[in-house]
Amino acid sequence: MVIDAINEIFRTVTTGSKEYKAWLGFLSLLALVGIALVARQVDQGLIATNMRDQVSWGWYIANFTFLVGVAAAAVVLVVPYYIYNYEPIGNIVLIGEIMAVSAVSMCLMFILLDMGSPERFWHLIPMIGIFNWPQSILTWDVIVLNGYLVLNLFLVAYALSKIYAGKPYKTGFVWPLILFSVPAAISIHTVTAFLYLGVPARPFWNTAILAPRFIASAFCSGPAFMLIIFQIIRKRTALEIPDRALHKVAEIVTWFMALNLFFLGSEVFKEKYSHTAHIAPFNYLWSGLEGHDHLVPWMWTALIVNSLAFLILLIPTFRKNFKMLNTACVFIFIGVYIEKGMGLIFPGFVPDTLGEIYDYMPNALELWISLAVWAIGLLIFTVGAKIAIAIKTGEIGHANPAAEH
Amino acid sequence: MSDDKTGKDRSRITRRKFLAALSAGAAALAIPAGKAEAYVIEEYFRQHFKRLSKDDLKDILAKMEEELSFKYGKAVTAKATPPPDNTVFAYALDLSRCIGCRRCVYGCVKENNLSRDPQIQWIKVLEFHTNNHKWQGLEHSNRYYEPEQVPEPGKFYVPVQCQQCKNPPCVKVCPVQATWQEPDGIVVVDYNWCIGCRFCMAACPYGARNFNWGKPTIPKEEFNPVVHYLGNRPQYKGVVGKCTFCIQRSREGRYTACVEACPVGARKFGNLMDPNSEIRYILENLKVFRLKEELDTNPKFYYFFSMGYSVKS
Repeated sequence: MVIDAINEIFRTVTTGSKEYKAWLGFLSLLALVGIALVARQVDQGLIATNMRDQVSWGWYIANFTFLVGVAAAAVVLVVPYYIYNYEPIGNIVLIGEIMAVSAVSMCLMFILLDMGSPERFWHLIPMIGIFNWPQSILTWDVIVLNGYLVLNLFLVAYALSKIYAGKPYKTGFVWPLILFSVPAAISIHTVTAFLYLGVPARPFWNTAILAPRFIASAFCSGPAFMLIIFQIIRKRTALEIPDRALHKVAEIVTWFMALNLFFLGSEVFKEKYSHTAHIAPFNYLWSGLEGHDHLVPWMWTALIVNSLAFLILLIPTFRKNFKMLNTACVFIFIGVYIEKGMGLIFPGFVPDTLGEIYDYMPNALELWISLAVWAIGLLIFTVGAKIAIAIKTGEIGHANPAAEH
Repeated sequence: MSDDKTGKDRSRITRRKFLAALSAGAAALAIPAGKAEAYVIEEYFRQHFKRLSKDDLKDILAKMEEELSFKYGKAVTAKATPPPDNTVFAYALDLSRCIGCRRCVYGCVKENNLSRDPQIQWIKVLEFHTNNHKWQGLEHSNRYYEPEQVPEPGKFYVPVQCQQCKNPPCVKVCPVQATWQEPDGIVVVDYNWCIGCRFCMAACPYGARNFNWGKPTIPKEEFNPVVHYLGNRPQYKGVVGKCTFCIQRSREGRYTACVEACPVGARKFGNLMDPNSEIRYILENLKVFRLKEELDTNPKFYYFFSMGYSVKS
């Protein structure tokens, strides 16, 4: 029985359209290039990157931060479906959870890549190593990220195994876990914000609004990404995703983008009006500092695309037009990626604690390796979604498509 | 100098002992894979410094001596001298005397076996303009000044190194307790326990932590053969290091290398618990200040002006 199921799942993963296979091949190729470059980084050390003592975290940590947000965004589907019983979302909750799993996996890969001595990871394992909990916020992040990964893996596996077997999905049993996944999602992003905002040495990060800002932007970027994926899925598979479901998600994104822009405005006011010495990183981002202005065009791009996306989403007729919606989603993805990546991590280090300005930008190695991590994450997602959709649509297993998720 | 000699003798003795132990089969890690491999395996599984038993530590130091002696071609003494009783080390720096010559920087590099390529320096000397006798904040400093001669008129210099905070933010954030404060106030790093996450570097308000981005290299002829486990032993690629008030010297009652290197006597070092120490005299009789007091890190590194605002050059 189990062997049959595994065989069936294996067949599902390995068969598919030409495009599907080409997509997997493309992602695997990117992953391989990255792995080859990781070997170089391990051999030479992190000197192979553009990071230095002045800017000691860079592109890897920027991607990590962005992806924690994407992972947390599964909540945007869980809450309306499970808590408000909003039925149309039923078919996509699982996909959202699979996305959370892939995003957290990418986060863990980025952390491992950023470690100077990754082979010593066992020092972090409680009981065997020394886990500086509760002192170090990084240990909290290790707990919540791994916990969130396990939680989502379990929820997805449980639901799929039940649907596969044609058995009723007893929410009674997993209900507490589903409820728990809501604060868990908020916690992964809050704790990640606390990593930065708990560091008074870096005034740019040391602001209480960082955690709310993280949540707000996460609930824009994650769902924006999902909205596009859902449209691809419903076009290419038998999984039905009603327009209403997508419109609901788009509506949620609208309000979180409003919050995101509002929080940014609060920060702008605080920095500009109080105008203390701590305005330096802020100026470095938005207007340049002593002639160092290589982040400025990026930040203005982010602000413009985020604002445009907000305007599109705000007007219902625009929001419900899929071309407009998709444009807004792409804008949001780009905007938040810039804002939360280079716009948050780099200026925390510029000027550095002794006043030096070191212009950091990732080099080719960092970009390629990061691309490979994205490729691996997308591989996990593609394969996971393929299996889930096959089970859900009754292509394999004994699902009754009419039955509830 | 005399130190080096005793160092040589001591290392010979310990090395002989170690070899004897090896031949007696007492060394647990003398596995047939060959000594170098055994050392790598032992290093990988080595416990945190504070969890090492006295015997473990003795073995490790003996092996380290052998390993380093072989690598650098001179007799090495590896110590783990514990903190002296009733001692809290503190530092004071006379800004009116400092001429910005950076002799402290290079003295430190040499004493502490810091990597020359890539270049790592635990002391950074910042140059400031004496604009209207106004302290302009660190962001107006320049670390890369290169005049023909120092000091330059209209400039003053502020050397910065680990401030040995009583409330160290770097220690708090380390996820694996690879860095901690010793009873004598020195914040140390276990280079064999650090995972290289660099959270401590983000948390340090003084830029006092340096990461080994690449494999550290130290020229054989300049290698300082008297090393301390928590201080100046060679570091590894992918770990963080920092000033330890020359733990290998200060715990033996000696001045730090930067104090000795300073040609103008701007650097003062001593035991806060000793009422007759120079450092206590300075704290009690001169007006001192510390960097970034608002962060409440409570540094044990004080700055003062003994002769008015600036030196006439």
